[in-house]
Amino acid sequence: MQKKITPKSIVIIGNGISGITAARHIRKYSTHQITVISEEHPYFFSRTALMYVYMGHMKFEHTQPYESHFWKKNRITLKQGRVEMVNTKNKTLQFTNGEELVYDSLILATGSKPNKFGWKGQDAKGVMGLYHKQDLETLEHYAPNSNVCKRAVIVGGGLIGIELAEMLHSRHIPVTFLVRENSFWNGVLPERESEIINREIREKGIDLRLNTNLKEIITDENGQVRGIITAEDAEEIPCNLVGLTAGVSPNISFLAGSGIKTNRGVLVNRYLETNIPDIYAIGDCAEQQEPIGERRSIEAVWYTGRMMGETVAQTLCENPRTYNPGHWFNSAKFFDIEYQTYGWVGSVPKKEEARFYWEHPSEKKCIHINFDQKSRNFFGINTFGIRLRHPFFDRALQEGETVDYVLEHFADANFDPEFYPQYEQEIVNQFNREQNTQIQLKKKNWKRFFSNTP
Amino acid sequence: MKTVQKIGLSIFLSGLLVFVSLLFVGTYKLTPAHFEQVVQSKGIKSEVIISEFNNKIVGKSFSNSHAFSSALITALDQANATHKKKREWDKVIWSKPHSFAYDLIKSMEEGEVAQNKVLYWWLTFGLGILGSLLFILPNVILLGPPGIKNNGVWHSKATNRGWIGWMTFLFLVGFYILLYFYPNYIVNWVYLVDPISIKISGNPASQWFLYGFLYCVVMTVMAIRMYIKYRDNKYQILRTTSVLFFQIVFAFLIPEILVRFERPWYDFKNAFPLDYDFFFSWNLKQLISEGGFGLFILVWGIVLTLVIVPVMVYFFGKRWYCSWVCGCGGLAETLGDPYRHLSNKSVGAWKLERWMVHGVLVFALVMTGFTLYSYFSGASTVVGIKTQNLQDTYGFLIGSVFAGVIGTGFYPIFGNRVWCRFGCPLAAYLGIVQRFKSRFRITTNGGQCISCGNCSTYCEQGIDVRAYAQKGENIVRASCVGCGICSAVCPRGVLKLENGPEQGRINPTEILLGNDVDLIQLLNQK
Repeated sequence: MQKKITPKSIVIIGNGISGITAARHIRKYSTHQITVISEEHPYFFSRTALMYVYMGHMKFEHTQPYESHFWKKNRITLKQGRVEMVNTKNKTLQFTNGEELVYDSLILATGSKPNKFGWKGQDAKGVMGLYHKQDLETLEHYAPNSNVCKRAVIVGGGLIGIELAEMLHSRHIPVTFLVRENSFWNGVLPERESEIINREIREKGIDLRLNTNLKEIITDENGQVRGIITAEDAEEIPCNLVGLTAGVSPNISFLAGSGIKTNRGVLVNRYLETNIPDIYAIGDCAEQQEPIGERRSIEAVWYTGRMMGETVAQTLCENPRTYNPGHWFNSAKFFDIEYQTYGWVGSVPKKEEARFYWEHPSEKKCIHINFDQKSRNFFGINTFGIRLRHPFFDRALQEGETVDYVLEHFADANFDPEFYPQYEQEIVNQFNREQNTQIQLKKKNWKRFFSNTP
Repeated sequence: MKTVQKIGLSIFLSGLLVFVSLLFVGTYKLTPAHFEQVVQSKGIKSEVIISEFNNKIVGKSFSNSHAFSSALITALDQANATHKKKREWDKVIWSKPHSFAYDLIKSMEEGEVAQNKVLYWWLTFGLGILGSLLFILPNVILLGPPGIKNNGVWHSKATNRGWIGWMTFLFLVGFYILLYFYPNYIVNWVYLVDPISIKISGNPASQWFLYGFLYCVVMTVMAIRMYIKYRDNKYQILRTTSVLFFQIVFAFLIPEILVRFERPWYDFKNAFPLDYDFFFSWNLKQLISEGGFGLFILVWGIVLTLVIVPVMVYFFGKRWYCSWVCGCGGLAETLGDPYRHLSNKSVGAWKLERWMVHGVLVFALVMTGFTLYSYFSGASTVVGIKTQNLQDTYGFLIGSVFAGVIGTGFYPIFGNRVWCRFGCPLAAYLGIVQRFKSRFRITTNGGQCISCGNCSTYCEQGIDVRAYAQKGENIVRASCVGCGICSAVCPRGVLKLENGPEQGRINPTEILLGNDVDLIQLLNQK
């Protein structure tokens, strides 16, 4: 990318993973002037790591992947402030403090904000989402320990909800966890995986309430939370903190009236362009006009934000690329259970899909493979408690391998630390029994593995 | 369970209190008969010393070791000054004053502790071990089911450079200063382990036996802590067992047993240049005079450094030594584990590390070059520098101050691998092999990294692991000792220590796995 590129002024709103990846890559390929705006914190930090700060695993400074001299060295200007309005006609940003900033190209990477569904009391003191650095300060104030916070209630059974539960649990604060669904995260996880997590949550002493919705949050005379009332049986649960973790939605309200087309998020085409020339949107706040493959049109996922940043940087450096995410993958950790997924394993099998499920007697480890009944093509895998190798599955999906191929080479796929017990043989045996196949597990082979890596 | 822990802590602290107070107890009285014996055995020819001692020390009683040794040292210094002035070189006592005082006091076998060694062993070591175990064992239940146990690490005053950390720092630094430079003040501590030393080697203990024994005890107790903390992680359990085995058997028992059979004290796993005095003329002379066994050690020492170390590093990375075998690594991975997150991750520290650790390696090699030149040529100076001075400087600055006082004393402040990262010449050598010719790497799992930073935070070597992982690059770094904690603490299963083909080991990537295949290829293959 060494060709001459006419420098211009690029302004990025949002310094999360999307915005910062875009900035880093633009700098690699060009001499564009880059300004990154954030209200939350001057420096990029890993939002996903905020939980570890509260739990005492890390200090906030450890969540920052780059030292502060990095930005100066790479001529990326960081500006702290809140954009009030985007004036698309004269390409100017207006800040809440009256300042203005002119851009040639604008990248919107403003991320998400926690959902609130108009519950009574949702803005009371001691009600919080878990998204911003400021939320951590709120939490530290209302729930520093179990003396100040006798009980916390979490509303919404997603990834952030369970993280908040783990955080509070680390400080021995009793938690009631309200989940609308009849099993944790079962819109995404198949029944048995979801059941493992239900058990894990309860084993940690969390009061998990499935099929339960929030009716209202009740406050004391100071406007501070003192309890909640559930919708189903109008039970009052006294608590000092309420965590609202019922998903997130794009943080784009400041764009109203700017002429930039939005739906739930900022609408973009495959080049991540909005309807206004020279304005792009990436990350959580972007909404694809047409969903890509089986992906959702808004994906609030760390690595998709990063990939959009990588892509838009190419486009802005005179190498226009469409956003073309590869095979789906993701990971999470539910208390002590690590979860990884490669390809698609939906919560309910589709008509043509066959499933293979293996569970370890500990009931904490499992794999779940999805494949085509007829062609036996491998569609995807979920795994709990066993680490698997991303490049292996990416290639298997790319090259349309069969489930039999995947199981035959399952030893190549293992990514657990050395000396960990291996379950490949057990898994293959069970598969052979259930599927009437004669798959022979091959020994791990580095050469086979590396010669085929993309 | 919490109560058990509290009881354990108070028992441990009482043991520690007794241990420290031993520095200040005991009455010392040098009898004329014993003094006569010392004069004989040390071959003291100085009449000044004899009369000074007879006038001011012999027959008088001193109420603590400090007063007694300062009287001894004053007498010694005065006598030496007189003789040096008169150029009576044969009458000067050349041994270090504090070592002279130590030898004399130790041989007196005087005082409360010397009379009740076993009792005091139980009051110090016994209480210490019992208390620590009572503190550590309840964690099986308190820490909950197996998993990552780092809750509150940065909240605790013991592990976040709070006041407990600073107190620990003062104690450790003080301990090392006494051990290396003022052994005469810790004679009571050495008495404690006399009975054990006599059982193993047949000789009374020296301060180095005390150190070796204490080292093994501390490592064992803290290894139990490791077993509980990392019980979900087989790599950690095996690694901990391995370092413990090599410390107790190779660094402690075998050398002492060799002494019992009148063989030279030798630690078979301690490779040059960490074992910096291996080529010193006194050692070479001793080994050669030993005959077959001495020669075997000589050849083994050379083969270990030149063949075994690099070949093993090629296949397994430097971890086979640094975190599976080495004694310094062993202490760092057991006693030092609670402090691993305190290492400095900045680019500046990395720069400093490269200058320092390679500087020490060069220093060690130059000093050894001088030593061997002197040994074979018989010249005591090389290019105007006295070999002896160079050796003494190295021994003082690197061997004692860096490896001991700073290396371990600063655990609670700078983390547990300060010596291994900034000072160990062997680590520098292994690191060069690991960086340029090895099958070892920490593999990054495609695009799964979420930049959370647990890996970097808990890297004891201060490697910014995340900087590589978030770019999808494997981690190949000279300083990595392969402790495996980055992989353990990763919440997303991104890191795996492994030995594999050299091809593709170092894999700079522009675009991470998971994005547009064309884009990956376009950029990464450039």
